[in-house]
Amino acid sequence: MARAAVSGRLTWRVAELAEATDITKSARGLVFDVPGWPGHLPGQHVDVRLTAEDGYSVQRSYSISSAPDGERFELSVQRVADGEVSPYLCDVLSPGDRIELRGPVGGWFVWRSADQAPVTLVAGGSGIAPLMAMIRTRAAEGSRVPFRLIYSVRTPEDVYYADELRRRAREDAGLDVHLVYTRQAPEGSPEPPKRLGLATLNTHGWPADFAPNVFVCGPTGFVETVSDIFVALGHDPRRVRTERFG
Amino acid sequence: MSDDHVDGNALAGDLREIFAVDLTVATGQCSGCGYRGSVATLRVYQNAPGIVARCPHCEEVVLRLVRGRDRAWLDLRGTVSLEIPLPSP
Repeated sequence: MARAAVSGRLTWRVAELAEATDITKSARGLVFDVPGWPGHLPGQHVDVRLTAEDGYSVQRSYSISSAPDGERFELSVQRVADGEVSPYLCDVLSPGDRIELRGPVGGWFVWRSADQAPVTLVAGGSGIAPLMAMIRTRAAEGSRVPFRLIYSVRTPEDVYYADELRRRAREDAGLDVHLVYTRQAPEGSPEPPKRLGLATLNTHGWPADFAPNVFVCGPTGFVETVSDIFVALGHDPRRVRTERFG
Repeated sequence: MSDDHVDGNALAGDLREIFAVDLTVATGQCSGCGYRGSVATLRVYQNAPGIVARCPHCEEVVLRLVRGRDRAWLDLRGTVSLEIPLPSP
C-alpha cells in the first residue's frame, strides 16, 4: 500500500485544517490536508505538536478515523476539560490554520484488508476513532470480511458518528453494530445501563473458534478488562490487539 | 488496574524519528523475566522527564527514551533482544 513509499526517518510536517465538524457535544472531527501525505493504514495514528511563543512544546497522539483519501485525513478529538492540547484543537483551531504533525505511525494496531479472518472491534468512548477508520476502509475497498463492532458509551449523546454507524449497520453488508450504554440508555431500550461484560462480548463478538482478529481501543482500565475477558473466553492473546489512551 | 499508563503504540512516533522502520511491531525479550512480546504491548509511562516502557508481564523497565533539544538517549538495558520484521530483499 501507500506506506511502502515511506522511507527514512520521520519528520514533522505542516498540516492545514480543511474542515471541522462536531461529532458529539464534546468531540470535534478535524479534517487536515497535508501536502505529500504518504497515506495511512486503518488503525494508525499521528503525533500532534503545539509550540508556544516561548518555545514550550507539548505533544499528543491522535488516531486517524478516516479511510485513506489522498492527502486528506480526519482526526477525531475528544475535548479534555483541563487538557493542554485538545481544547485548543477543538475550540481555537479554525479552517486554514496550520499545526505541526508527524505520521502516520504504528504498524501493530492495524487492520490489513488482505487478512480474511473475521474481525471483532471493541471501542470504549473516543476509542472508536481508529476502529472507525477500519470500518470505513472496509467499505471503501468493498471488503467482504465480516466485522462486528461493540461500542461502549456513557449515554446516547456520546455516540461518535451515530448517524453514519446507523446507516452502515443497515447498508454495509457483513457489519454488525452493537451499542452498550453504561450510564443512560436511550428511551425504549430493552436493557438498563450496564458496564460491558463477558456476556455481551461473548454474544456480540466472534467466538474464539473462528480465530477472529480482535481490536480493542479505549481508556486503559476498559482495555485491560475487555482484553482479559477475551483471553478468558479462549482467544489467542496474540490476536487480541489493544490500544490504550490512558 | 491503573490508568496512569498507555501502551507501546504510543512509542511509534518517537522511535520512527530515530529508526528507519517501525519498531512497535518488533518482538522484544525482557531481561527480567524472559517474556517475549510486541513492543506495542509494553506499558508506557509518559509522565516522567522521559518515556519509560515496562514489561507487561513482570514490570521490569525494558526501554527508556529521553529526547533533548538536539539528541536522544535510548536505554535498552532491560531488553535482551529485538526481532524486527523487514521486507524481503
